[in-house]
Amino acid sequence: MPRKTLLEARGLTARVAGVEILKGIDLSVLAGEVHAIMGPNGSGKSTFAKVLAGHPAYEVTGGDVLFEGNSLFDMTPEERARAGLFLGFQYPVEIPGVTNSSFLRLAYNTVQGARGKDELDPLEFDDYLQDKLKLLDIDPTFLDRSVNEGFSGGEKKRNEILQMAILEPTLAILDETDSGLDIDALRIVANGVSRLRSPDNALILITHYQRLLNYITPEFVHVMDQGRIIKTGSRDLALELESRGYDWVTAEYRALRAA
Amino acid sequence: MDALKNSYLDSLLYGQKQIPASPLSWLNELRAEALERANALAVPTTRDEDWRFTDLSPLYRTALRPSARAADIAASTIDPWLIPEAGSRLVFVDGVFAPGLSVLEPEDGVLVLPLASALTRHGERVQAQLGKVVPCGADPFCAVNTAWLRDGAAVLIDGNRDVARPIHLLFVSASPGAAVYPRALVVAAPGSRSTLVEDFISSHQDAGFTNGVMEVSVGENASVRHVRLQRESVNAFHIATCGVRVARNGRYSSVSISLGARISRYSLNVTQVADGTNFEIDGLALIAGRQLADTHTFLDHAHPQGRSRQLHKCIAGGAAHAVFNGKILVRPGAQRTDSAQQSRNLLLSERAHVDTKPQLEIFADDVKCAHGATVGQLDAEQVFYLRSRGLGESGARDLLTFAFAAEIVKRIALPSVVRQLEDHLVRRAQN
Repeated sequence: MPRKTLLEARGLTARVAGVEILKGIDLSVLAGEVHAIMGPNGSGKSTFAKVLAGHPAYEVTGGDVLFEGNSLFDMTPEERARAGLFLGFQYPVEIPGVTNSSFLRLAYNTVQGARGKDELDPLEFDDYLQDKLKLLDIDPTFLDRSVNEGFSGGEKKRNEILQMAILEPTLAILDETDSGLDIDALRIVANGVSRLRSPDNALILITHYQRLLNYITPEFVHVMDQGRIIKTGSRDLALELESRGYDWVTAEYRALRAA
Repeated sequence: MDALKNSYLDSLLYGQKQIPASPLSWLNELRAEALERANALAVPTTRDEDWRFTDLSPLYRTALRPSARAADIAASTIDPWLIPEAGSRLVFVDGVFAPGLSVLEPEDGVLVLPLASALTRHGERVQAQLGKVVPCGADPFCAVNTAWLRDGAAVLIDGNRDVARPIHLLFVSASPGAAVYPRALVVAAPGSRSTLVEDFISSHQDAGFTNGVMEVSVGENASVRHVRLQRESVNAFHIATCGVRVARNGRYSSVSISLGARISRYSLNVTQVADGTNFEIDGLALIAGRQLADTHTFLDHAHPQGRSRQLHKCIAGGAAHAVFNGKILVRPGAQRTDSAQQSRNLLLSERAHVDTKPQLEIFADDVKCAHGATVGQLDAEQVFYLRSRGLGESGARDLLTFAFAAEIVKRIALPSVVRQLEDHLVRRAQN
C-alpha cells in the first residue's frame, strides 16, 4: 500500500515586506519520511517554514501547498496546528506572565478538542506530562516558569520539542532546532525527536549542520539557495556539503540552468 | 461653563438636608470649614493642569440626588464580592453603615467600626487624625466629602498588633443616580501589621457618583497593606482621594485595581514623615468601551532613606482612555532616597488611548531614582507563537492581555481576590 502524502508544495512563491524570498518551491513529503533542508544563510529556509505555519508577515504570491490533500492557505495558523502541522521555532518566543504548564495544557486541550478527543484537567495533564518530561530530560520546575522567559538557548529548544511531543503532529518542521545546543543537549533533543517518529508522521529538519543528521537519518537532503530547492540527494549529500561547502552546488545548478 | 460649574457644586452641597450638628464641636468645625472651602472652589475642568486629560463634563451634566438613607439590599447581593480570608467586614450601602451585612470580629487591640461609633466612643483618637492626614486643600471633591461627613469606616489598631486577617471595607452603590460620600480612616499604631481591602461595587448598572476620601496613618515600624478594588458599574462616576502618612521605618504597600466606572479618578498621596520608609505602590486599570480611568499618584520623599517602588499598568480596549500621572518628589535633605517607577501600558484597539506622565522632581543630590514609561500593543510574534500551537486568535490575545494584567493582580496576597479578578479578566477577555 502506498504511503500517504502529507505535504505537497507546488511552485510556491512568497514575499515578505515586498521582497520576493521564495521563488518556486516544489516538495513532497510522505508519511514516515525525514527531509533535511540545508543551504546558506538567507536562502529562504526559515521563510519556507514560516509560510507553512502561516506567519501573517509572509505573503504567499503563487503556487499552492496541500496538507493531507487540503490547501494549507485556506487555513489559519491555528487550524494548521490543529490539523497536525507543527513548527519548531528557530527563536522561540518569550511570554512573560504565562506559566509554561498552563500554556502547554491550553495548547494540548485546544488541539485535542479540535481533534474530537478528550481534554485533560490539570491533574490528569500533569501525569501525561511526566513521561514527556523524562523523554527530554526536562526538570519539572521548568513548568512553573513563564513560557521561555529567561530560558537558556538549549532550554528553549527543548521546550519546543516538549510542545511537539505533547501536540503529536503529523508533520513537524524543525527550524534550526540544533543551533545553539551543546553536544549533550543536541543528543537529548535529537533522541527525543527520534522517539517521536512513526510510520504515520514526517519531519522536515532545517539545519546548517549535518551533525543533527547523525542522530536522525533523513531519506532526502535538499539544498536551498535564493528561494529555490536547487539539489536533492541522499544522506550522503549532507556529508559532502559539510566538507565542500555550498558553492559547487550553486555552480552545478547554474550550469544546468544555462544548458 | 462657570455657571454650570457652580450650580453643580451647589447641587451637591445644598441638594440634601443639613446634617444635624454633632455634639463634637471640632467635627462641626471641620465640616463647616470644608463647606466654606467647597463654596469657594470651582469644580475642575480640562483647563486645570491636573485635570488636562480627564473631562468631567459628563459628570456635571448628570443629575444626582443625595442619598439620605441606605437602600435595602439583599444579603445575597454582596455574595460574589465576599473575601473568605477576611476577618471583620464593614459594609456601607450608599455611604450608610449596614450592620446586617457587616461582620465585626472582636480582636484585642483592634477596633474596626463605623466612624459614627468611633466618634462617640473614641473621639480623641479620631480627632487627632480625621481630616488631618488628607487636608483637602484646593480639592473641591474632598471638601464636599468632608462637608457631608456623617459616617464611614474607622480602623484603629493598637501598637505592635499583628492583625491576622484582612479587614474588608465594602462600599456598595445601590441607588441609581445617587451621590454617595464614602469615608475611611485607618490609624495603624507603631509596630502594628495589617491588611485592608477597600472595595467599591455597584448593585446596579446605572450612573451614580461615588466621591470618596480615605486617610491612612502608618506609625513607626508599622506595616499597612492596602488593596483597593474599584469595580463599580461601567456607568458610574468615581472620584476618590487617599492620603497616607508614613512614620519612621513604616511600610505602606498599595495595589489598586480600577475596572469599573464610566469616569474614574483616583488620587493617592503618600508622604514620608520621617526617615527610612518603604512604599510599594502598584496599580492596574483595565478598561474598555468608553471608559476613562485616571490614576494620579504623588509620592513625597520628604526625609532621608525613603524607598519607593511603583509599577502602574493600564490596559485600554475599545475607545477607552487611561491616564496615569505619577509624581515623585524628593525634597531637599531627603538624601539616600531610592525610588523606581514604571508605567506600562497596553492598547488593545486603535481607538483606545493612554496619557502617561511620570514626573520626577529631585531636590537632593545623593539619591537613586529611575523611571520609565512604555506604551505598546500586543506583540504580533507572541500572538503568532500561540496560534501556531492551536490557540485561536482571540484566545491568544486574551491570554496575553491576561498575562500583562496578572503581574499586578498577583501582587495581591489574597487568593480569593486574585481568583475573583482573574475570573473578571477572563470574562472580560471573552466578550
